[in-house]
Amino acid sequence: MSVIALDQQTKPARPVKETAEARALRETPPGHWFPYAAPKPRDHDNRDIAFSFRGVSRKFGDKTVLDNIDLDVPAGQFIAVIGKSGCGKSTLLRLLTGLDKPTSGTLTVNKGIEGENRTRIMFQEPRLLPWARIARNVEVGLTGIAKGTEAREKSLAILNDVGLADRAEEWPSVLSGGQRQRVALARALVAHPYILALDEPLGALDALTRIEMQHLLESIWQQQAFTAVLVTHDVAEAVALADRVIVIDQGRIALDLDIPLERPRRHGSPELARLEGKILDTLFGDQE
Amino acid sequence: MKFTAQSILRNGTGWLLPALIILAWEIAARTELISPNVMAAPSAVVEAFWRLLLSGELVRNIGVSTARALSGFVIGGSIGLIFGLANGLSGLSRNLTDTTLQMVRNIPHLALIPLVILWFGIDEEAKLFLVALGVFFPIYVNTLLGIQSVDPQLVEMGRVYGMSRTTLFFRVILPGALPAIFVGLRYALGIMWLTLIVAETIAASSGLGYMAMQAREFLLIDVVVLSILIYALLGKLADSFARLLERLTLQWHPAFQTA
Repeated sequence: MSVIALDQQTKPARPVKETAEARALRETPPGHWFPYAAPKPRDHDNRDIAFSFRGVSRKFGDKTVLDNIDLDVPAGQFIAVIGKSGCGKSTLLRLLTGLDKPTSGTLTVNKGIEGENRTRIMFQEPRLLPWARIARNVEVGLTGIAKGTEAREKSLAILNDVGLADRAEEWPSVLSGGQRQRVALARALVAHPYILALDEPLGALDALTRIEMQHLLESIWQQQAFTAVLVTHDVAEAVALADRVIVIDQGRIALDLDIPLERPRRHGSPELARLEGKILDTLFGDQE
Repeated sequence: MKFTAQSILRNGTGWLLPALIILAWEIAARTELISPNVMAAPSAVVEAFWRLLLSGELVRNIGVSTARALSGFVIGGSIGLIFGLANGLSGLSRNLTDTTLQMVRNIPHLALIPLVILWFGIDEEAKLFLVALGVFFPIYVNTLLGIQSVDPQLVEMGRVYGMSRTTLFFRVILPGALPAIFVGLRYALGIMWLTLIVAETIAASSGLGYMAMQAREFLLIDVVVLSILIYALLGKLADSFARLLERLTLQWHPAFQTA
């Protein structure tokens, strides 16, 4: 695997032939999609690094938003980043996805086997193009990767996985908030990202839809084996989904906690509650 | 579009009031409540219409006017669209030209008629120039506004997904600006007819406005009224065409999904 620093982006030549992904997709009956991203065995001893921050700082004028962050995230890990509003957690995601550059320090992002930048971000808002039908919106996720029939097949396959295959030809305006966010998830996943950054994607959903989306997210993550970085301010959501929780306070990592619980996790189990309490203590410890 | 009984009824209600007005007008003219020197009866207007249609004068004048209107519209509209797109996409272009354009915009273009007659006489160029100038500004202003009001979150999304500048323009920016561009288009169509009427009334040797002015000289009030009615019909026709285009291209818009 190639580890390329973000600032020296080179464009690899792409061979014009059917990819293993496309072939596998063609040969697999619908309902059994995800053949080409079979779960990698999660080998806990010898994992590749998905991305790492080395002394990364980001300042906006005088204000230090991220202060000397060191962070290594192994490939395939589900990491949750928690913090109060304005603690710098969204900045961390923007750095990771290349929307922003660090003021100092280095940030290396593993670009996956294909050598392409397959880091995807899912925003708090669905950000669907209102003038494109659902399937076309999902195809945006394949910009520069696939076109035409191949793109259409892939987008229909991923829509099937998020349970919206029958809405492919509709306009975004007729979908509910939760459905739009599922389309946004499909768009982020259709190119099989190596890293998926999630910027409070469930924050605007109602409580029931949110739980549904959490289950969907967890099952797709288990199938596709990407590295997930979930920024959230919902502590319960973080401990229910993540392998590891990072708490950011005043631009620094205040807590780095492993969540070694079996999946699927039950909402409201005592272990989850204990870990949740520990995180909340870190966040509000100085006030109580 | 489907022509069900319901849709005919819905579209038909809009024509109810004009029909009633024409009926009342005819009755008033027949009973000489309105003097024939002031206003011609609808039936007289229809007669004038028939007379001019048979002589070929009407068709020729409508043709001349329509050709002027459309060519002026195409010239002014495309220049407006180009400047609107350029200034919406490039800060440099906007800094360079926007202030000038906004200053010129505040001059009523019809105030230039004396100057235009001095420059071009009463030839075709004069009419083209005035129509193009009148049409330019609504298209320019609304295109610029449309591009500036495209959701920056969508543009950011497009960038994150690796869209090139061209793709970003055609997939995100242009469709986002289109509703505003259509507002400009419809506004411009109105100004197009207005400018043409004024220009043809003041300085022309053919066209609908000229026909009306000639009729005034000979006190043919029915022809004057006819010209005005034809202007109204042409204006309505242009607007309906713009709305049809709007419907076809803005299907995604919730406002157009009721049909």
